[in-house]
Amino acid sequence: MPMPDTDTSSPKHLRDKYAIVGVGETTYTRGSGVTTRALGTWAVRNAIEDAGLKASDVDGMLSYQSGDSTFSTFIAGDLGLRLNFYMDVFGGGSSTEALVGMAIGLIEAGMCKTVAVFRAMNGFSQVRIGGTGARAAAPVMGDALHGRAYGWQSAGQMFAPTFMRHMYDYGTTPEQVAHVKHFHSCHASNNPKAFYKKRYSVDEVVSSRIICKPLHLLDCCVETDNATSIIVTRAERARDGRHHPVLIRGVVGRCSKPRTDMHYQTGPISTVAGHYAKDILWPNSGVGPEDIDLTGSYDAFTFTTMLQLEDYGFCKKGEGGDYVSNGTIRLGGKRPNNTSGGHLCEGYTHGMNMVIENVRQLRHDADDSCPIGPDGKRQHTHDYREGGCRQVKDAELSANLGWANPGTGSAMVMRRG
Amino acid sequence: MGVQATYLGMPLAIDDLDVENLAYFKHCAAHNFHLQRCTKCNLLRYPPTTACPWCMNPKSDWVPVEAKGAVHSYTEVHHAIQPAFKAATPYLVLLVDLDAQKGKPSQQEALRVMGNLTTPDGKLAPPDMVKKVGIGTRVRMVFADAGPGLAIPHWTIDEGAQQPAKPWRYAQE
Repeated sequence: MPMPDTDTSSPKHLRDKYAIVGVGETTYTRGSGVTTRALGTWAVRNAIEDAGLKASDVDGMLSYQSGDSTFSTFIAGDLGLRLNFYMDVFGGGSSTEALVGMAIGLIEAGMCKTVAVFRAMNGFSQVRIGGTGARAAAPVMGDALHGRAYGWQSAGQMFAPTFMRHMYDYGTTPEQVAHVKHFHSCHASNNPKAFYKKRYSVDEVVSSRIICKPLHLLDCCVETDNATSIIVTRAERARDGRHHPVLIRGVVGRCSKPRTDMHYQTGPISTVAGHYAKDILWPNSGVGPEDIDLTGSYDAFTFTTMLQLEDYGFCKKGEGGDYVSNGTIRLGGKRPNNTSGGHLCEGYTHGMNMVIENVRQLRHDADDSCPIGPDGKRQHTHDYREGGCRQVKDAELSANLGWANPGTGSAMVMRRG
Repeated sequence: MGVQATYLGMPLAIDDLDVENLAYFKHCAAHNFHLQRCTKCNLLRYPPTTACPWCMNPKSDWVPVEAKGAVHSYTEVHHAIQPAFKAATPYLVLLVDLDAQKGKPSQQEALRVMGNLTTPDGKLAPPDMVKKVGIGTRVRMVFADAGPGLAIPHWTIDEGAQQPAKPWRYAQE
């Protein structure tokens, strides 16, 4: 595949110089029965083992959370890592790609050599993102008086004006976006790790109960308990690893719309942060949407997948409804999205599981049910029927599109090394 | 002094350091809608902030603003998260374009103010009223008293305004 290298505006000297060399996760459950510290420790350990590294090889750690997790110091302590750098940042869905960019910067600045990034959460059994449980009864203070006092608190409620306005502006239909759940659920049925493996039809999505218009129950992602981790280091170190290297082509982190404090002040409100982020992502990566073989567009809701694919330029603005329903994003289609089943089906770890999936796809090593051959590698059939293969054929380039809210997003292009 | 109140069974509070919100809600408590106007570029802003989002000027005056507009987008909540709202479903959360300053400073900008759809006396709208409102509906602001020093601004159908023949509503009722 040609890698155009013609623009002069971006730090292309870092293209392909860094790699994700290890990925790891825990089981996706509802009721882990253990602390976020235990979950995080397992995920980071699994990622280090996957990379074929020793504890002493990892000297940097980054994590993100929303007051619902364990700090790097405890995970490092449990695993006997001595760190030269660590930081735990506040935030959710736009963090994975942003922290990969930070890890590159840290290593480039000579502050450390290899960074483990993790997210650990009991998102079902302890702190639920939607604000149910103890969070629902918390006092409404200060700025929240302009939102929570109106029963406008959960992610679905807060994003809904964007989704609704997109339907008004462009005629997007509930059935079009319901295809996202349909396709992702088909992908999940070929993912033994997925929390929900059942295939859902478009009819089942649009006839599930309304949560807050325009969202049905099955337009919303699953909440689960789990931890995920990835290991970032220099590309030359990746060549000694256990797996085919997966190189980081370009990153954009927590790019925002104007007035990100209250982004609805600036329209069009049916446009999301990807509209701005695309102008960093594609020049930095030296490729464009047409070059990408598979995407990981964040599916907190069916709508978020569509809005981001549209604003990053995978289709024209306003044509996202057609793009996500015409078969392009299904396994076997031109550009599959969230081949693990994503947040709608596999499990919810604020975007990191979708990066992990694309790393495995680019290794040509998706962990489906295909038989393992004599060389120890899976013999992928590319037969995408239920329970079958989910490896994208000849996957070379992927794009992950992370979402915090309509006003903030992050993204990353990776390629098979 | 900060403000504390109970509204729909929810504890509400404004910290005594939060001078912008204290000023905003003090006017609401008197059933007046005031916004900050920048002393330099003369633009109004919402929600209350310390500096002007267009010119960074930290100085502003609180000025009365006509609280009328049209629904820009909305959600209709059927599954409430907060206990206070569970008995009130379905309820509407409206994002309203104020007429004041619409299209300024750029065409895509407007003062977009949240609120629930309520009856003229500030109670969450009954189901038959919820079904009448969609994108384009003309609304006016009303206030729900929460306690001394605090009232919550809401939106009700503007009976005196010319309404669109059919406001845009989500396809499935």
